[in-house]
Amino acid sequence: MIVARTGNEAMAEAMRQINPDVVAAYPITPATEIVQLFSKFVHDGIVDTEFVPVESEHSACSACCGASAAGARVMTSTSSQGLALMHEILFIAAGLRLPIVICLVNRSLSSPINIHCDHSDTLASRDAGWLQIYTENVQEAYDTTIQLIKIAEQALLPGIVSTDAFIISHGMERVELIDDKDVPKFLGERKVQYSLLDVDNPITIGCLDLQDYFFEHKRSEIDAMDHVLPIIEKVQKEFGDKFGRYYSTVDEYKMDDAEIAIMAMGSTGGTAKVAVERMREKGKKVGLVRCRVYRPFPEKAMLKALTKVKVLGIMDRSDTLSALGGHLYNDARSILYESDTRPLIKNYIYGLGGRDISIEEIEKIYEELFDIQKSGKVDKNIVYFGVRGE
Amino acid sequence: MAKLKELAAQEEKFTGGHRGCAGCGASIIARQVLMAAENPVVVGASTGCLEVFSTIYPYTAWNVPYIHNAFENVAATMAGVETAYKALKKKGKIKKDLRFIAFGGDGGTYDIGIQALSGMIERRHRVLYVCYNNEAYMNTGIQRSSATPRGAHTTTSPAGKVIPGKMQLRKNFTEIIIAHEPAYAAQATFGFWNDLVTKVRKALDADGPSFINVYAPCRLGWAYAPEKTVKVSKMSVETCIWPLYEYQDRKYRITVKPKEKKPITEFLKMQGRFGHLFKWKDDVPIKEYQAEVDAIWERLLKRSETE
Repeated sequence: MIVARTGNEAMAEAMRQINPDVVAAYPITPATEIVQLFSKFVHDGIVDTEFVPVESEHSACSACCGASAAGARVMTSTSSQGLALMHEILFIAAGLRLPIVICLVNRSLSSPINIHCDHSDTLASRDAGWLQIYTENVQEAYDTTIQLIKIAEQALLPGIVSTDAFIISHGMERVELIDDKDVPKFLGERKVQYSLLDVDNPITIGCLDLQDYFFEHKRSEIDAMDHVLPIIEKVQKEFGDKFGRYYSTVDEYKMDDAEIAIMAMGSTGGTAKVAVERMREKGKKVGLVRCRVYRPFPEKAMLKALTKVKVLGIMDRSDTLSALGGHLYNDARSILYESDTRPLIKNYIYGLGGRDISIEEIEKIYEELFDIQKSGKVDKNIVYFGVRGE
Repeated sequence: MAKLKELAAQEEKFTGGHRGCAGCGASIIARQVLMAAENPVVVGASTGCLEVFSTIYPYTAWNVPYIHNAFENVAATMAGVETAYKALKKKGKIKKDLRFIAFGGDGGTYDIGIQALSGMIERRHRVLYVCYNNEAYMNTGIQRSSATPRGAHTTTSPAGKVIPGKMQLRKNFTEIIIAHEPAYAAQATFGFWNDLVTKVRKALDADGPSFINVYAPCRLGWAYAPEKTVKVSKMSVETCIWPLYEYQDRKYRITVKPKEKKPITEFLKMQGRFGHLFKWKDDVPIKEYQAEVDAIWERLLKRSETE
């Protein structure tokens, strides 16, 4: 079925079709709508989910942990400060290997307070042990929400699927919805090896784990993250075979013959694709690599995409506040260290607090990358693009 | 009325061999509460002494399903467990009738966990929340909490040269919970084991959220000999420092009325944490504490008569 939906509406639709056992959530702009629409589904009897309207995001994440440990399929939704308030419990959910899924809207973290898009919220939770998938448009947000349930439950890792605040969360687009009956069929039921509700086989979850065992347990969690990419690729393929929309961990756009490329995440991917087309109309062979799966970092797929690239502009909608630039920049530089074909790299920090990025501005970045290719050197590695006084 | 013989004949749900101190009140509470449960239970604990000494990997003292999440969120975690139970029961995936119990210390309940607990009760999750109240952060080394009484020495309210222990009165937390109108609320202590067991059964039978604030003498933090734990527990009731009462259907009921209300000094002098008060230049801290105990007891008497 083809419909017009905003990102939030599409995520709520996906949740409706997933029909999770438990949803525990708390309102926060700009993700509120997801929960709002979903509570209407609950109150209208369209889903049979038990909805817990908790008193904070901290409790949302905590209740999700309890429900997931009890064997339920569990989802929540949040943004920005809400994710920050969950921060402590994010690590516990991952450590306890609870496959909770968060439908998240990327909004900048305070201070200054702001409700618009950047990626500082999820990137601040980068090391929490959650899968992170950044989507470009409403269709991808919808599809990925469904995929992530399956990925998380197979890998026993929690995951975040995100959209860019307002740009996608409130932007209406054409979406192809899957038939209601096909979503549960695709996902199957959650299978659990251990459940808190199995009173005949009592288990203790969340032990105090000291010097003699902690490291092995943490290592096994790291191991799960090390081995999840094949699961993601498998589920993406199953999804494509079934519903006709194929996704990859790294979204390559016109990279076959591109020596000049931009790397970005989220909705900027869509804007950059138009810029690529315009540049190509002018005869300039440029391309885009969009990092779709950010955690774990798809090193192999990313290196493969960058094989022919001579100059790479990395666009980060976040800064690490470490005098080292953006998150993507640091990850990309790290994987390229041992590459035979190391491109020249420039980091463009842009769009913080929701500042718009236009097609023309991205074209300008491409032009700069050509200048770098000509001169053979990068004058300034990290620039703050579109900020006054720079 | 529970029978000791029957309780003792049960399989242990909270076993010995854990690493609680000799004379630990919290461990007695965990054991008595679980003994009282007639349905299968799922337990959660907040970070604290009980959690630490009962679950050092690869050991566990819990013969029932158990989860620990973090310090401030046992109420939210157990709300999630109970909700999953409702969801899975509705779908026919769970057949048994289960009960849910959350354990938190006074730090995890009165202070850092108050929000999650308030939410759990307001949303009417059918969970029994047991606060084992030893009146300070014992797990981190005896720091003051909002449950610490007037005058008590803790490591962050020390008996100093100019300030004699904690300057503030303790929070009346049970009343805060009662203001939420739970299905059942009570104060108890293990020195009156039958009273505690009866209250746990009532709480687990009540169709809604319930709360029992269990006074938990701590031999280390309160500074008395380990074998005195039960005596200290009993004295807390005889002095009305810890009145035993319950609240259900908008009615208060005192469940154990001391024959003769003893002065609080009888309780205070048993414990090192109050020792400095007896050498202090004036009797202000003791008087203030006594006045608070009297006022609360008087109000309780009135409420349980008229309501």
